[in-house]
Amino acid sequence: MIELCDVYKIYDEGENEVRALDGVTFRISEGEFVAIVGKSGSGKSTCMNIIGALDVPTRGTYKLNGTDVSKLSDNELAIIRNKTLGFIFQQYNLIPKNSIYENVELPLIYQGIPASKRREMVISSLERVGLADRLHHMPNQLSGGQQQRVSIARALAANPPVILADEPTGALDSKTGKDVMKFLMSLNESGKTIILITHDIGIAECAKRIIRIHDGKIVSDTQNIPKPENLE
Amino acid sequence: MSIYQCLKLALKSISGNKMRSFLTMLGVIIGIAAVITLVSVVQGFSNDLVSTFDSIGTNNITVTLNGRGGNMNIKPEEMIQLADDNRDLFSGVTPSVTLVGAVVKYGSVNISSSVYGGNEEYAKIKDYAVANGRFISYIDTTNRNYVCVIGTYVANELFGMSDPIGKILKINGSAYTIIGILEEEGDSTETSTDNMVIIPYSVASRLARNSRISSYTFVATDSASIEPAKSIIEDYLYDIFEDEDAYNVSNLSELVDTIEDLTGTLSTVLAGIAAISLLVGGIGIMNIMLVSVTERTREIGIRKAIGGKRRDILAQFVIEAIITSGLGGIIGIIVGAVLSTVLAKLLGVSGGVSLGAIILSFSVSVLIGILFGYFPAAKASKLNPIDALRHE
Repeated sequence: MIELCDVYKIYDEGENEVRALDGVTFRISEGEFVAIVGKSGSGKSTCMNIIGALDVPTRGTYKLNGTDVSKLSDNELAIIRNKTLGFIFQQYNLIPKNSIYENVELPLIYQGIPASKRREMVISSLERVGLADRLHHMPNQLSGGQQQRVSIARALAANPPVILADEPTGALDSKTGKDVMKFLMSLNESGKTIILITHDIGIAECAKRIIRIHDGKIVSDTQNIPKPENLE
Repeated sequence: MSIYQCLKLALKSISGNKMRSFLTMLGVIIGIAAVITLVSVVQGFSNDLVSTFDSIGTNNITVTLNGRGGNMNIKPEEMIQLADDNRDLFSGVTPSVTLVGAVVKYGSVNISSSVYGGNEEYAKIKDYAVANGRFISYIDTTNRNYVCVIGTYVANELFGMSDPIGKILKINGSAYTIIGILEEEGDSTETSTDNMVIIPYSVASRLARNSRISSYTFVATDSASIEPAKSIIEDYLYDIFEDEDAYNVSNLSELVDTIEDLTGTLSTVLAGIAAISLLVGGIGIMNIMLVSVTERTREIGIRKAIGGKRRDILAQFVIEAIITSGLGGIIGIIVGAVLSTVLAKLLGVSGGVSLGAIILSFSVSVLIGILFGYFPAAKASKLNPIDALRHE
């Protein structure tokens, strides 16, 4: 369902150009759990931005469910981000002035779902992460792990087939980080395609497939037997 | 995203920064209040002036004869005949004699009053009504009857509670029988129009120093016949005097037009000055919206990342600006209405804010929100989500 074909992302084209992605090609099928691993500056974030329809490649094609995303307009990209992808960020990226409920509701509002149905979806999504009793708390009243769970609930709210997690454990202690990873694995079991971006090989070991990126190029792409115990 | 959601968001953002929102609105509040106050006070003043002239009668044509070295050879009957000959243009005419500061006496009580001489049409032309008794009749003028109609001030001062009709009072020494009392026109004080006595013009001309009638009031049938009526009078008088300086024919409607022109210009100029403060208010809104966009860059990034479209972000910020300025507009209208009522009381002009002014100023404030909110909102909507998310 995700298909990157000879994708380049080049900044400042010319003499001092930076090739953040230098001819990347891979496919991810539905239901996979893929970890994209690389050091900082390796191009993994750029890769995530392109898969997340936040950015378009300089050259090459990116097909999502058969549509060439690199040719879409701003509006169409927004619709894809809204309906097909769910984002989980390292810094949780909750809106601080909105309650937990309002944060999770946001993607549904942009989708134009009526209020009564929204409420149902928000609550069921928060139930999945075990925070249905915190609807009216503000983000800063919750711990880091809880905030990350809210951001997972937000990513799940619109029920997108693909979840993009960018260093989801980066800001958490190892115990809560482990919980988050276990939750992602269970999500994958339930059929979601999960793409995990990380620099931590221990975290990446939770995935079923590991793609290593270095200097904008793929250096290895291997199947993996998930080893959540490495998280300790 | 629906308008309702945008409204909710905007109200949340405004109430989350109450002090800042209020200060931002202040520019619009002051601007709108100033426009409303200035325009309504000037309008009230102008309306008062115009209605004063209207009560005198805008269809009235005043003819003043200066004569030529005392050679006054027009009789009142000739002027009345002139009006009678042109009934399609004139609905009435009265000779008009004015005697200010006449001594009016009944028994031992003396007052100083204004005495006017007119014919049977005088009351109708000057818009006076008789409350009690009757007005001067045609017979009174032709027979030179010493009768008079008095205002309420004169009646109260000289007769108190008793009925003045049939009693005899003295004006500058001559005795007149009271035949009627006018309705109260002003407030029955010494300086109001209620301090007056009306007598037949034929008698009044004798009271006047040179016993001649130098003023007439013609009434045109309608505003369209004012001009032709004036030229008929002018032609007639020119034939007699052969000198344009010997008489003056004037009509109040010209004056009223001039006054309306003048106050119209005045209120436009004042509104223009006040509008400058509205402009400043608009720039204030733009400024604070730009700050708000910068402060919320990360929020905008999050919104875009989870599916907010450009127009969603645009709508969010434009509506926030509209609500800020619209709310300022509403407060400004209330402040302006209160202020103009108070000012109208203090200045003694008729107050009242027109619905048109309220609708106009509310629309202007909303327009300011759109105009000055659009630029910051467009800036927000064009933010790149990746950069916006990285923004600290």
